[in-house]
Amino acid sequence: MSASAPIIKIDGISKSFGSFKVLDGLSMQVMPGEKLALIGPSGSGKTTILRILMTLERIDGGHIQIDGEQLYHMERNGQLLPADERHLTRMRQKIGMVFQLFNLFPHKCVMDNVTLAPMLTKGTPRAAAEKRAMELLEMVGMADKAKSMPVQLSGGQKQRVAIARALALSPKIMLFDEVTSALDPELVEEVMNVMRKLAAETDMTMLLVTHEMGFAHDFADRVLFFDRGKIVEEGKPDEIFRHPKQERTQGFLKKIIAAGHRV
Amino acid sequence: MTQWSGYFGLILQGALVTIELTLMGSVLALFMAFLAGMGRLSRFFVLRALATAYIEFFRGTSIFVQLFWAYFVLPFIGISLTPLQAGVLALGLNVGAYAAEVVRGAIQSIGREQYEACIALNLGRWQGMRHIILPQALLVMLPTFGNNAIELLKATAVVSLISLTDLTFQAQVVRAQTGNTLVPFSTILILYFILALLISWGVRSLERRMARGLDGVRA
Repeated sequence: MSASAPIIKIDGISKSFGSFKVLDGLSMQVMPGEKLALIGPSGSGKTTILRILMTLERIDGGHIQIDGEQLYHMERNGQLLPADERHLTRMRQKIGMVFQLFNLFPHKCVMDNVTLAPMLTKGTPRAAAEKRAMELLEMVGMADKAKSMPVQLSGGQKQRVAIARALALSPKIMLFDEVTSALDPELVEEVMNVMRKLAAETDMTMLLVTHEMGFAHDFADRVLFFDRGKIVEEGKPDEIFRHPKQERTQGFLKKIIAAGHRV
Repeated sequence: MTQWSGYFGLILQGALVTIELTLMGSVLALFMAFLAGMGRLSRFFVLRALATAYIEFFRGTSIFVQLFWAYFVLPFIGISLTPLQAGVLALGLNVGAYAAEVVRGAIQSIGREQYEACIALNLGRWQGMRHIILPQALLVMLPTFGNNAIELLKATAVVSLISLTDLTFQAQVVRAQTGNTLVPFSTILILYFILALLISWGVRSLERRMARGLDGVRA
């Protein structure tokens, strides 16, 4: 596949929770290596997009292509069939996700949290998995806590471990779902620093859902403003944050600033 | 006095039978509990239906009747069991049905976020169950398993009705031979209680050991 083809291609997807239509015919594309920030009010569908990409939620309609392949469909004899578990498993190798509440495995130490998936899903030998885990823990500044249990860590430390855990599978796409929202204010910065470094040093494609506008500004190449399941406005961080064109974007940013967030 | 020590020996032999029954019954109950408990959570309707039928049937009928069936009725369809086999079978299947619901409840008590982490890390269903969900659920199950084991211990008394020489049977023998009711029945009362205490302690220390990782203070 050529370098100019999008790595994520979302084509007219819709998703409802009961009678609430979160996404209605949404289309968007992400280029390889792009760092995207998804912003917007609660319930605008940003998190749902990440969860759909991670196959945690199914779509009601539309198509998604990841790295040139259908995510929720399989091509068989020129026909598109719903994806089975094997297809999903193969597609999930391309995607990693970091959650708002970390979702670490509480009964496993930091090291085991990071090495478990590579050993089980890729058959990586323990020694190699641990070597790679130490490199990643080093990168997120958690190497000295490798033997600690999650309960012994602060929120910021847990989240850094969760980032290392997702990276251990070397996905092409990383999804970050409000990764600093559950943290005490003084711990937000340490997680952001790790992610800034990650964004600068890797060519992974990253999608970030956040309410930290200053962070979105530093982190992203492109910012998408969502409202009611639609992309209202998109552009370079400076355009969106300094010179928003749409009224709804302006209103949202004003409210965020009034609430004391740094832009 | 020498006369009494002989009778106590008889009762202690009964205690061994009771312990044997409790251990073997617990093993079968544990096996059935996981089989049926996880069966109830299966994606496949047939497995769910089988597990539900087993659980409802064995919870909904008397253990006496189940035991009599195992010992007196099964021979009519060509399956003859020794009293011990019939006892273990009835006790294991009966208590297993209760414990199956414990397994199901514990698995379902593990938060959605753990399942989602498994998906995000691309673990297969069984891998996630074995490495992530079950180890955490086991800790939730343990206290109730302790209850189930004590229930099983006490239920072993019914096997005296099919001539198995357990604690209760031996107490009746002693009573018949000595005419004394107070001593044999007080003795087995205390022995049952001690055995139940042993189970309690065993389960609690197991619980402590397994919780160690989850509790930062003791790690």
